[in-house]
Amino acid sequence: MEIIISILAGTLFATGIYNLLQKQLLRIIIGTVLLSHGAHLFILTMGKLKTGAPPILIEGVNEYTDPLPQALILTSIVISFGITSLLLVLAYRTVNENNTDNMEQLRGNEHE
Amino acid sequence: MSNLAVLPIIIPLIAGIILAFFPKKLVLIRFLTKVFSIINLVTVSYITWTVFTSGSIIMETGGWDAPFGIVLVADSLAILLVFTTNILAVACAFYAPYSLTDRKEQYYFYSFFFFLISGVSGAFLTGDLFNLFVFFEVLLMASYALIVLGGEKVQLQESIKYVLINLFSSILFVTAIAFLYSVVGTVNMAQIAQRVQDVEQQGILTTIGILLFFVFATKAALFPLYYWMPKSYFVPNPVISALFGALLTKVGIYSIIRVFSLIFVYKIDLTHEMFIWIAGLSMIFGIIGALSTNNIKLIVAYNIIPAIGFILMGIGIFNEDSMSGSVYYLIHDMLIKTALFLIVGTITYVAGTSDLRKFSGLIHYYPLLGWLLFVAAFVLAGIPPFSGFIGKLLLLKGALSSGEIAIVIIGLLSSLLILYSIMKIFIKGFWGEKDESLEHKSTKGLIAPIVFLLSLSVMLGIGAEFVYPSIESISAYLLNPEVYIDSVLKE
Repeated sequence: MEIIISILAGTLFATGIYNLLQKQLLRIIIGTVLLSHGAHLFILTMGKLKTGAPPILIEGVNEYTDPLPQALILTSIVISFGITSLLLVLAYRTVNENNTDNMEQLRGNEHE
Repeated sequence: MSNLAVLPIIIPLIAGIILAFFPKKLVLIRFLTKVFSIINLVTVSYITWTVFTSGSIIMETGGWDAPFGIVLVADSLAILLVFTTNILAVACAFYAPYSLTDRKEQYYFYSFFFFLISGVSGAFLTGDLFNLFVFFEVLLMASYALIVLGGEKVQLQESIKYVLINLFSSILFVTAIAFLYSVVGTVNMAQIAQRVQDVEQQGILTTIGILLFFVFATKAALFPLYYWMPKSYFVPNPVISALFGALLTKVGIYSIIRVFSLIFVYKIDLTHEMFIWIAGLSMIFGIIGALSTNNIKLIVAYNIIPAIGFILMGIGIFNEDSMSGSVYYLIHDMLIKTALFLIVGTITYVAGTSDLRKFSGLIHYYPLLGWLLFVAAFVLAGIPPFSGFIGKLLLLKGALSSGEIAIVIIGLLSSLLILYSIMKIFIKGFWGEKDESLEHKSTKGLIAPIVFLLSLSVMLGIGAEFVYPSIESISAYLLNPEVYIDSVLKE
């Protein structure tokens, strides 16, 4: 199970990076979304995927699942959700203001 | 008593929320901003005094014991940086009303300003690696809003890049934490340090350390990863540039100090040796950038890179002198970079442009501003007896005693060039023919915060005798991770 999820996370990272390197602004944002999904899945996998055991550690109990990665993912998902929505608004304003969504043309004029 | 540690995070947060309720009542908001920032500074001074007299304050949130709950650790290094942050915050709170347009102030500038301070204080105080990520996001969120405040064309262009690079490095941060969690099974920094110590940093741990270093290096704008920084610090209002230049990169370098003096300290020939080279390259490339431009704001923004290089050099050398040099330089640089950004912002305001070729002879109209810039250049470059000199002296002394001659030469040469790059503003902008076409603008309220910050950094240099013992104790404390681990885990 861990292997499959790891491969999935790897695929998400690869597609995310591919999209991040595109010129169109929306693709870049989709790239960051895929990347953060990859990272979240990765945290979950790193906490070991187990089912059917309680998330408690008491002395003498050997079978337990780790609740911490899920708490970490939840925080991280909320943050990346917030940033993605901010990024979308920012991208919308940028496109409106500059009349292009091509990163090549958004390089910025020389300030000198 | 231990609840004191949360106050530097909570007070600005509450202040920011209160100010968000009535954005249009500018007079009230300006007054409240000053009051809140001073209240915060007074509280933090009291906490700093408590920490230096009776040891670190550890706060276990929710009453959960250290490795299980989130801890806030107000140790001497963290609280000193929070204290400096709040001094800058007060100066910026007094500068902002005269520098920003009413419209920008109405669009929640002061709320985001306080959220930024809250996030920065949190990042300094936290004792939990994942919590560090969360506070990074808090301060970055505030900075995203601040950088785009005003919504000009060029601001939008640059802020997209700024948000993307920071988002990418945050994702990398989460991934690095996941790796570390899978190896050591905890995110509490003290416990990570303990477990890394148990296995003497074998196997993949060094790789994770270097991954974390690259995350922090992106935030701190170190050599290969600084390309995003100068232009994004160039676009916003001067007071926002000052906050960014003084705080954001410093949070990155603070994280490097923390992680590489506490956790990854068992493969020094690999990691810390690499830092020395990166520090040298940062100094060289940063100063080349500063010399290459005629834009005064860009000159100061590029000057951040060699300063970060100096601090990293101290961590790379990793002995008592160099670590005290790093801490000293960190505090010095926070003060002087804010002052410089504010000076340059004032020059841009009175000259109407930030292009050095388009104005000259300002000294006839604004003598005080000119001499402030002159003193600031001396402080920054490290002319004795100013604070830059003490920091550099300690760093170079540490480097010499470890036999790192190359970095000493690079450091000395880049100091000279730093002095030249700021003096260029003075020579070209303030000397020369009186420009009759220039209309005289009032600098009321803009000068006082700069004088306040500059006199503090001059005092930091002249009063080094009073400051140095505490810096030295911080350095000894950083070189002995056991103290931190024991104080947090209470063993």
